[in-house]
Amino acid sequence: MRNYDIVIVGGGPAGLAAAVAAKNSGCDSVLILERDSELGGILNQCIHNGFGLHTFKEELTGPEYADRFIRQAIDLKIPYKLNTMVMDISPERVVTAMNREDGMFLIQAKAVILAMGCRERPRGALNIPGFRPAGIFSAGTAQRLVNIEGYMPGKEVVILGSGDIGLIMARRMTLEGAKVKLVAELMPYSGGLKRNIVQCLDDFGIPLLLSHTVVDIEGKEHITAVTIAQVDDSRKPIPGTEERYTCDTLLLSCGLIPENELSQSAGVELSPVTGGPVVNESLETAIPGIFACGNVLHVHDLVDYVSEEAKKAGETAARYVRGEIAGESGKTIVLRAESGVRYTVPSTVDPERMDDLLTVRFRVGSVYKDAFVSVYFDDERVQHKKKRIIAPGEMEQIVLQKQQLARYPDLKTITLRIEQD
Amino acid sequence: METRELICIGCPMGCQMTVQTDGGRVVSVSGYTCPRGKAYAEKEVTNPTRIVTSTVKVVGGEKERVSCKTAQDIPKGKIAEVMADINAACVSAPVRIGDVLIENAAGTGVAVIATANAPSSQ
Repeated sequence: MRNYDIVIVGGGPAGLAAAVAAKNSGCDSVLILERDSELGGILNQCIHNGFGLHTFKEELTGPEYADRFIRQAIDLKIPYKLNTMVMDISPERVVTAMNREDGMFLIQAKAVILAMGCRERPRGALNIPGFRPAGIFSAGTAQRLVNIEGYMPGKEVVILGSGDIGLIMARRMTLEGAKVKLVAELMPYSGGLKRNIVQCLDDFGIPLLLSHTVVDIEGKEHITAVTIAQVDDSRKPIPGTEERYTCDTLLLSCGLIPENELSQSAGVELSPVTGGPVVNESLETAIPGIFACGNVLHVHDLVDYVSEEAKKAGETAARYVRGEIAGESGKTIVLRAESGVRYTVPSTVDPERMDDLLTVRFRVGSVYKDAFVSVYFDDERVQHKKKRIIAPGEMEQIVLQKQQLARYPDLKTITLRIEQD
Repeated sequence: METRELICIGCPMGCQMTVQTDGGRVVSVSGYTCPRGKAYAEKEVTNPTRIVTSTVKVVGGEKERVSCKTAQDIPKGKIAEVMADINAACVSAPVRIGDVLIENAAGTGVAVIATANAPSSQ
């Protein structure tokens, strides 16, 4: 058995930022385990620009953003293993992994940082009727085929779901000569960023049909056509609105799910809302010494926020290894999400262990205009901030101050609400 | 007098804006709720530009493709011509981030540069 202070599962943006932060916090024994043949994770296939406006104050492409962190990790001489699959993490933090050089091996870690990212919701989870022919891809799979491997999945494309990856792929496929006929979105609003709707669809005259979905798929060996229908308020197809579109490719961009098979085998408790681990103010899961950050914790909209969150996970893991956060004060304040707020990360706060400032991230369930984000300490409203718009596609945050919490020694619950006045 | 409808991309508000132009000159902008919206609308109707990102074929490398971008934004109307140049290009490994792959894409005077590394296959 090998020994490391901190083992990081995943070498994407979260894993890299966590590793750099852990090392910079004085932890010299850090190892990154990465399944792919290079570091950088999903950023390597996100060749479009728009990354890093918050972190680097410039607009980078995905591979350029990843390279900034890869270079830091290499300059800090942080060891990493590529083409290495983690098979299991035990509650005692024994990591079982394998690759072609080492075979199967065990590592005893003092702390583990989960940074496995997320996966796309597959067709099987969408209940689309019809045949199961070739030519149906998740948008991210098509992105990998086009951008990394240099293959075009098809020439006549229909896209279901208006998540950002779907919008980005609508433009990408068009630039490479395909005809993208339309993007259909089940909801009455798009989950994608405005700039992507304008620059990926409007620029190329690709229609976005809101409140529409695929009700039939034709083709035995390969997809030949789809039928699109309008849906009512309860998202049920409206008879008589069906329209048939011939196509050789259907791309699905219908949501992302944190990838937590390993977390579950370690016994980490998951949130039914985010699909990610339930964590405290230190981004520590219910199992001491196992931390989580990035899209494995909850799906982010901007990679900049992933880097920020992962930095914190790396720093707190380093402090945990030094025994500086081991002892809990025994006091736990529960964070509750209500009235439009779907969830919060973290879920609990230890007022002794928290930093001077604690960022609480959350998402809302629908679109709100001119509404307030309110924070209640038990029944007392302590924050009430007006926002011109709050949308499900954009992550929101509030900041808690340690000083302020110290003035409420008997505080049990902090509640976040969206209020109209 | 011409009228164009635009959606602002400055923030998630997505303000619906109406721009009136006369012979390529902006006469009026309405519907915006902040200065960024007005500036975006004026640029978008007089001189819309975009950064183009794509991939270029690599020979002798570990990877088949290397990702690239135009070093600056190019006129929106030139996107198809720039893509044609990018698709005709082929580079030899090794390629480093920032390397110039095409010096003057489609006569825009803007270079296409690598946004990733492509090491040699040895």
